[in-house]
Amino acid sequence: MATRARIPQLTPEQFDELGRELDALRKELADDLGHDDAAYIRRVVTLQQRFEFAGRALLWAGWFPPAWLAGTAALSISKILDNMEIGHNVMHGQYDWMGDPSLNSKMFEWDTVCPAEQWRHTHNYVHHTFTNILGKDRDIGYGLLRMVDNQRWRPYYLGNPVYAFVLMVAFEWGVMLHDLEFDRILSGRRKWSDTKGLRRRMWEKGGKQALKDYVLFPLLSGPGAMATLTGNAVANLVRNLWAFSIIFCGHFPDGVADFTEEECADETRGQWYYRQMLGSANIDGGKLFHVVAGNLSFQIEHHLFPDIPARRYQQISGRVREISERYGLTYTTGPLGKQVGKVWRKIFRLALPPRGRTPFGTARRDKLRPVPDARRVAA
Amino acid sequence: MVLNSSLARVGWRRARKVLTSRAVTALTVPHGVDRYLGLINPLWSVNEVRAAVADVTHPTPSSVTLTLRPNGNWDGAQAGQYVRLHVEVDGMRRTRCFSVAGSAHRSDGLVEITAKVNPAGTVSGYLKRHARPGLVVGLSQAEGGFVLPAEVPGHVLLISGGSGITPVMSILRTLADRRHTGRITFLHYASGPDDVVYRQELAALAAAGPRLTLIHAYPRQHGRFSKEQLLEFAPDYADALCYCCGPPSLMDAVGSLWRAEGLGDRLRVERFTTRITAPPAGDPAGEVRFARSGVSVRGDGRTLLEQAESAGLRPDHGCRMGICHTCTSVKTSGAVRNVLDGTITAEPGERIQLCVNAPCGDVELDI
Repeated sequence: MATRARIPQLTPEQFDELGRELDALRKELADDLGHDDAAYIRRVVTLQQRFEFAGRALLWAGWFPPAWLAGTAALSISKILDNMEIGHNVMHGQYDWMGDPSLNSKMFEWDTVCPAEQWRHTHNYVHHTFTNILGKDRDIGYGLLRMVDNQRWRPYYLGNPVYAFVLMVAFEWGVMLHDLEFDRILSGRRKWSDTKGLRRRMWEKGGKQALKDYVLFPLLSGPGAMATLTGNAVANLVRNLWAFSIIFCGHFPDGVADFTEEECADETRGQWYYRQMLGSANIDGGKLFHVVAGNLSFQIEHHLFPDIPARRYQQISGRVREISERYGLTYTTGPLGKQVGKVWRKIFRLALPPRGRTPFGTARRDKLRPVPDARRVAA
Repeated sequence: MVLNSSLARVGWRRARKVLTSRAVTALTVPHGVDRYLGLINPLWSVNEVRAAVADVTHPTPSSVTLTLRPNGNWDGAQAGQYVRLHVEVDGMRRTRCFSVAGSAHRSDGLVEITAKVNPAGTVSGYLKRHARPGLVVGLSQAEGGFVLPAEVPGHVLLISGGSGITPVMSILRTLADRRHTGRITFLHYASGPDDVVYRQELAALAAAGPRLTLIHAYPRQHGRFSKEQLLEFAPDYADALCYCCGPPSLMDAVGSLWRAEGLGDRLRVERFTTRITAPPAGDPAGEVRFARSGVSVRGDGRTLLEQAESAGLRPDHGCRMGICHTCTSVKTSGAVRNVLDGTITAEPGERIQLCVNAPCGDVELDI
């Protein structure tokens, strides 16, 4: 893999050593998994169920504004926990070792409109294998946005902030439609008829979710139907805003690298780890914040070890950071507000054509801070 | 839900009908009703059999007997059948087969199993040390064909060794409950009197029913099973329907004798040892069976995904490097070695990633 000037170059030996170090760290974690990890995920599931139960119950009294507010908040937290700390992590196979069918990656289904099976393909396979490779990782802009300088600018991207805003508000539907690859259908690279099975499964899952939140629970509330309906809609919205913000902070703040297909041909294990480290960004925060973020605030650690239980990321983040720094690799992190700000600034900036008609991305590369000489550090 | 009486059982069936109705299912999308029932009571489930430990006894130093109270989904067991028991040890769900030892006519609906404690055994050791009343375990429905025929013949010969006594005990207790009018000969092998799990109960049964002949054999004292020994203990063995369960050496000896004498159709055996295989130290040689496709290949040390593809199969796969779990499949039996970190696992029915696991000895996959 050839690396560009702006990101530190490692020698083949250094890549191998990096791979060995991270493999050893992975094994250390895998060997240590046990009762505490199982108890933790069960505790989170119980907590999520209690929030869900409380939310649904309170919304029955939703005509009373404080009950509506509390119910909507509880249901929002339930959906956030379900999607992030439970769904996302369980479906990565983080708890497959437990042998519990209810926490198995292949059998889990989450409280969102995107069918789990479809998401596992686009996320676990496509995104996690080809992280930040332009043209292969469809999470770069979701076929909708311009998120890296290397994406060629077209007048369509003047709407970048508008598309991003719509995607944020309707995030669960965006995640669901992601796999249809509308951009490829519009450009004729994919046939609409090829998506028949996909659309049927979307219709089934999305329909069931919508039926539950927008028809059945409101009907069960009788005269309070409107309060339940709005409460459920707001809870889904809150989850959408939160998930979008956390996820976009994982790969799109400044300082995160993107790669080309040529650069990543015939990658070694060390080079794969290297790309995961440089292609991800963390968010600083407290313990509770990390739980609600599904520990995706440790996006770097998650991308290195996507199937190790997420509660372990915090424990190794110091060591991963030390390794990054020793090899001269940027370990991008920052508080939520700042990272969200960076993401939106980028969404706005990339709506416009590259300044001064410079080769794509050059302006940004010049601005990157110099990194220490990696060869010297690891020698 | 504790269900002893048939009334409670009918009540549960009705409740289950409501809980599995379309309306309730639609309201509990996507997780299903079981996830919420479990929040109220870990025993409650609409489909799964779960059981609470009601009683624990330690009949011998190396065994533990559990009495289990199953939930309303339990369909009962015939004498001689076994269940797969799931128990969580250090966060990991482990599955082992145990024969049901109780009578098929047990009126309190409880299920009794006895586990022999293997010093290296994860599950038996856990049950011996940690099983307490109230512990919830998972169960399968009863399985297995080691059962009595509809018409029980006049003479039944039971031969067991060690922990193989459990299914045979179930048959004996069932026959006793039915007031079986024929003769029963029970020949049991153990290392010594203290190692006989149901010794007192056996003695009581023999004392109460003159038609039960009870023979304890201790190989160190009496020698191993042989035709001479059988002629001494049960000379009329040829006219009996024989049930045999015990260590492989005993079962092999009994099997060859019965076959040699052309009595093969009068012998029923129950083998447990093949259900748990010890992993050889990373040796790839062995047979890899892709059960659903009906294809078998010789293990050659490559990953299971590569071997499946070479055999012309097209299993689902993604990253080919162990990260995306697309290729995760059920391994019904055998041991595999993770090529990334060398970990060997041999849990029956576990889900493994084909792309980073290579076979150790015989492996069967559900693909």
